[in-house]
Amino acid sequence: MSHKQTPSQTVGPYFAYGLTSDQYGYRLKSLLQPYTTDDNTIGERIRVIGHVLDGNGNPVDDAMIESWQANAEGRYSGPSGNTGFKGFGRVGTGSDPENRFWFNTIKPGALEDGQAPHLNLIIFMRGLLSHVYTRIYFSDEIEANSHDLVLNAMEETRRATLVAKRQETPQGIVYHFDIHMQGDRETVFFDV
Amino acid sequence: MPFQARDWDRHPALIYPPYKSTVLRGPTRPLIPLRQTISETTGPFFSPEDLDPNDNDLTKNGRVNGEPLGERIIVAGRVLDEGGHPVPNSLIEVWQANAAGRYVHLVDDHDAPLDPNFQGGGRCMTDGEGNYRFYTIKPGAYPWKNHPNAWRPNHIHFSLFGPAIATRLVTQMYFPGDPLLEMDPMFQSAPAEARDSLIGRFSLDITEADFALGYIFDIVLRGKDATPVQQ
Repeated sequence: MSHKQTPSQTVGPYFAYGLTSDQYGYRLKSLLQPYTTDDNTIGERIRVIGHVLDGNGNPVDDAMIESWQANAEGRYSGPSGNTGFKGFGRVGTGSDPENRFWFNTIKPGALEDGQAPHLNLIIFMRGLLSHVYTRIYFSDEIEANSHDLVLNAMEETRRATLVAKRQETPQGIVYHFDIHMQGDRETVFFDV
Repeated sequence: MPFQARDWDRHPALIYPPYKSTVLRGPTRPLIPLRQTISETTGPFFSPEDLDPNDNDLTKNGRVNGEPLGERIIVAGRVLDEGGHPVPNSLIEVWQANAAGRYVHLVDDHDAPLDPNFQGGGRCMTDGEGNYRFYTIKPGAYPWKNHPNAWRPNHIHFSLFGPAIATRLVTQMYFPGDPLLEMDPMFQSAPAEARDSLIGRFSLDITEADFALGYIFDIVLRGKDATPVQQ
């Protein structure tokens, strides 16, 4: 390799007016939002929501979470992608009263290569010098999860940190997923 | 085709005690290796049509009743991958403090004036050769609470996508000759041999006479892994 990777640095506490401007009420028009669909997108509408917690179990109020996912057929968006479904969302934890992250999206399908349905998360925050990756799997996909190679490559207690809990509410389907940066329930983070 | 691994000889550790907030936020357990799948080797696409004409000009896109104060600068460069290939048609987002060292973010309560004509956020796409260009004001240094009398060096925050979520990078560009660099825990967290690549290079070539000083800041993202897969 002729060139060396530029080092990562933390996103810092003040990204909102640049990266998540609409969500926080700043002036710049946002390119990315906490939703990945439009009215025409086909699929089961879901909300994925949860806390980001530090080593003391306290909510992180200045994290930025991004999510990349396939559509309901298990296909990722390409350059001439499906109109309206970008498959990529971005949200900060600073506006929710409980400092949660959330995505309003559709449940992704299983992938052609056999992977169980999942969201791919990228996590940034003040105090994180390099971003980290994790995944969200779905509690109701018991069969698919049992065959998923990524889930099977780790031991059971760690595997549990990657599964979001499905809840049926009058407002729709909600999946709960907390991100623990440290501690007994530390979420699995991947070296991608 | 998978990407080269993240080169941890080039990136800061996740827990770096001189930067205090890493102590409670950096993962403590080793990252679990993940063999790249289509999930990691794909990522979102953006188009120039998504952008407004002044998105890359921070001296214009925040104006209300005049021009922002401070030294006008051009920040330009190429986004390449480790193999030296350009990264074309890729989104770059930037954000920074104003010339006085104050962010418009409501949480920033540093006692330095806001500039009504400066927001400090912008974005552009790299062209077919990986080139990008921003116009902005040189951001001021500002104090932060990491340790007594702590000051962040002048810096511009950069966020890049590259072709896949695996190539995603958030970093900061610093300025040459800044005396604060050797005392800044964030800058110092980068491995020693890698630090230079975080510093923009003054260039008379991209300086526009009578208008703005120019700095070149090239960014290198993860490249494709050319190693043939053993069957």
